[in-house]
Amino acid sequence: MAETIIKIDNVSKSFGGKTVLENINLEVKKGEFVTFLGPSGSGKSTMLRLIAGFLTPDEGTISMNGNDITKVPPFQRKLNTVFQHYALFPHLDVYDNVAFGLKLQNLPKQEIEQRVSKVLKMVSMTDYEDRDVTSLSGGQQQRIAIARAIINQPEVLLLDEPLAALDLKMRKDMQIELKEMHKKLGTTFIYVTHDQEEALTLSDTIVVINEGKIQQIGTPTDIYNEPCNSFVADFIGESNILNGTMIEDRKVSFIGHEFPCVDEGFGENVPVDVVIRPEDIYMTHKLEAAQFTGVVKSCVFKGVHYEMFVDSDFGHELMIQDYNAFEIGSTVGMLIKPSDIQVMKKERTCNTFEGVMVGSNQVEMIGAKFDCEDTGLAAGDKVRVEVDFDKIELLDNKEDGSQTGQVSFILYKGDHYHLTISTREGDKLYVDTNDIWDKWDIVGISIKPADMRIVKA
Amino acid sequence: MKKLLAQAYLWLLLILLYAPIIIIAIFSFTESKVLGNWTGFSTRLYQNLFSGGVNNSLISAIENTIFIAIVAATLSTMLGSVAAIGIHNMHGKNKKVISFLNDIPMLNPDIITGISLFILFVALGISQGYITVILAHITFCTPYVVLSVLPRLKQMNPNEYEAALDLGATPFQALRKVIMPEIKGGMISGWILSFTLSIDDFAVTLFTKGNEGLETLSTYIYADARKGGLTPELRALMTIIFVTVLVLLIIINVRTAKAQKKQAK
Amino acid sequence: MKRSTWASPYFIFLLLFVALPLILILVYAFQDNEGHFTFQHFVKFASESESINTFTYSIEIAVITTLLCLLLGYPAAWILSNKALNRSSVTIILFILPMWINMLVRTLATVALFDFMSLPLGEGALIFGMVYNFLPFMIYPIYNTMQKMDHSYEAAAQDLGATPSQVFRKVTLPLSMPGVSSGILMVFMPTISTFAIAELLTMNKVKLFGTTIQENINNGMWNYGSCLALIMLVIIGITMLYSDEQSAQDDEKGGLI
Repeated sequence: MAETIIKIDNVSKSFGGKTVLENINLEVKKGEFVTFLGPSGSGKSTMLRLIAGFLTPDEGTISMNGNDITKVPPFQRKLNTVFQHYALFPHLDVYDNVAFGLKLQNLPKQEIEQRVSKVLKMVSMTDYEDRDVTSLSGGQQQRIAIARAIINQPEVLLLDEPLAALDLKMRKDMQIELKEMHKKLGTTFIYVTHDQEEALTLSDTIVVINEGKIQQIGTPTDIYNEPCNSFVADFIGESNILNGTMIEDRKVSFIGHEFPCVDEGFGENVPVDVVIRPEDIYMTHKLEAAQFTGVVKSCVFKGVHYEMFVDSDFGHELMIQDYNAFEIGSTVGMLIKPSDIQVMKKERTCNTFEGVMVGSNQVEMIGAKFDCEDTGLAAGDKVRVEVDFDKIELLDNKEDGSQTGQVSFILYKGDHYHLTISTREGDKLYVDTNDIWDKWDIVGISIKPADMRIVKA
Repeated sequence: MKKLLAQAYLWLLLILLYAPIIIIAIFSFTESKVLGNWTGFSTRLYQNLFSGGVNNSLISAIENTIFIAIVAATLSTMLGSVAAIGIHNMHGKNKKVISFLNDIPMLNPDIITGISLFILFVALGISQGYITVILAHITFCTPYVVLSVLPRLKQMNPNEYEAALDLGATPFQALRKVIMPEIKGGMISGWILSFTLSIDDFAVTLFTKGNEGLETLSTYIYADARKGGLTPELRALMTIIFVTVLVLLIIINVRTAKAQKKQAK
Repeated sequence: MKRSTWASPYFIFLLLFVALPLILILVYAFQDNEGHFTFQHFVKFASESESINTFTYSIEIAVITTLLCLLLGYPAAWILSNKALNRSSVTIILFILPMWINMLVRTLATVALFDFMSLPLGEGALIFGMVYNFLPFMIYPIYNTMQKMDHSYEAAAQDLGATPSQVFRKVTLPLSMPGVSSGILMVFMPTISTFAIAELLTMNKVKLFGTTIQENINNGMWNYGSCLALIMLVIIGITMLYSDEQSAQDDEKGGLI
């Protein structure tokens, strides 16, 4: 494998007390096409800006070709950026925009002209030299922004959601061009996007980021086929994410049935998350040959395949993609191949909070006071509080709860929703519920005294 | 019918608004000492104004006014533009504090600004004259420069400055080659605005000019009017001021209209 | 160097020439000639019938001027912003233009007009002069708000069966309130604080609060003058708080150019 060009060591960054990146470690190899993929607010753009030098990390180091560049200002770094909204200089024409970097180096006029016309040819924008940049279309501006960045022959090209402002067709065309350009230039590309399809199409390596942490690093195939946690599984492609139990090696139970699988080493009777891609569930009318059965609830044609929702015999809703349509209301049989069952270790099995006793029957945690059963502990004692996912009540009226929070992530688990609730102070609660909430809903949080398990820390 | 009534109302108000100015303009073309007494058409008052036929103190008041306005407008534009870039990049509490302070001179009545600065200069034992008047004018002009430049900065793509750094420009080069050309329009508008505000000012100048005989046009007119009659040449001067303001206002309006058009595009 | 530090020189300037002078007024207002803390100036103000009379008379004049400006200006602003009644942008410029002419010059022109028409100077002239001076400051913000108003609201009201007068009362009027309150602010504040205008328009017959302040400062009574200035500041502060509540819109000021 090629040598490392960018190395990020233990980098953390926070803005106004809010942690945006937490202990990031990453290596980028020379010539690689790396994509930072994550939802908005995940910290992916911050990572790019740290590499570009527009931000300095609070902790950790960034090095390029083995030299520490953590404190080097952006204009002394040998990398260039293509910005999300192009950031072309509106008072300069196309030629002067592209030549901006070269003119700063005081190169001879002739050389500048040659190099400008060469890069404009590369991005198929010859003959546009004298045009006003504001008169160009989005796609054309994008090309000029790329030309302006690559003319300095950077060792690394950073691209911050460069295609986000383009329409779908334009985006597809530009994806192909970018991929070709990467091959031709041989430059390392670091690409930021929230579009999983774009990431899968373009990248050699995908770095999935969420909530300031790297969730998974891998090739597009790895990440799609073997997501390491339920966030990655949900974010990349469509998937059915279900609660399951690993009965023993190569045997997992979920949706009320036991299935053979290929995973080993989880232990026996361990709760796990199970991911099944919708195209990996085979449907058949021959019920006797099936592993389990279900009733088709809906069936929508999606261009190439049909997308169906099926209620399984134990009442779990599954999404299935198939080339054939099955009639709504009909009972069908289903099969899953052992290798298509992706088993993931659960990150947690219940909520765990750090708290302090206020009185013998009141505890302060996640920024609020909660009543609890008499613990016999004294005020000021530090405690650990455990609450099961389904024992946290969410209330419409936020005044009714002991604390308020916002629904920040929703995962459908076939027969219930698994929500992540973030409080204003940054604490997170995980809640299982059958009620339907929308993302960003503000909710009141209430916990019954009997549902708290309090242990002295 | 409705339209006719509406238009009639507008024109009635306009006549009311302009009657005094028009009277002055008309009587600037006659020589009579007292206004209202038409003694035949003459451009004598204008000639006097330009050929030094009036007393020296009026001439020096005009010179002072222009000198102070140019210096105050230029310094305000420099101070305000740099400040606007700073404020644009500030966040949270600091930004609120400085924006609040920046609003005060615009909201304060002139008499308060004038008196408070007068007391400051007295308390600090600074003798009053050109310097204090210019400082006072910078105080009430700079907020307007900041407010003219800030929208241009907001219009800028926030990445433009970073793009310049990214392409190898030092922060100073980025300021000169990227930020300056983009806020130039706002700086010019701010300068013109400051210039007119400074020329126009009366109350603040009155309190900060000291008593060493420094007069600007407004304080001169005030003193003249308090003495009783108005020097006839002032009618010609007022007419000139009116026309100048008209022209400047049209220039500013055309500029903003152009800028908005460009932005819309 | 961080660009946010670029505001530092101006920040220091503001502290020195905006914050400090206002603090000095506050300090002087509570000091006697020897520099001891005292309420004597406020007591003096409250106990002298002349100063109280001037004060209430000034407020009265300011309120009358503001109301007259509103009465004359609102219909004008409405006509100006109504495309069916007025298409010319020149009329708008003509209404804004007087704002940019020296107030002293305009006042002297009013004096000249009264002389020309052989009308006596006095309270009538004062109110005419004030309205004449400040009417554009009322028209402009109201016009600006109406101009920016989304006219589909009015269309929607009509569509729902409102008569033209109902449309005006239920939609146009409430939506133009931010402009009205900023117009009131822009007229009331300068009228309460004028000093030279009254002198010239009434041949020194009528004294306003602003004139009292100026006289005290001119006569070296800085402490008492500061006390009066502080009282004016408080009145203006109250007016501003009131209008802030009325409208969170702050665009009007910037749009003056």
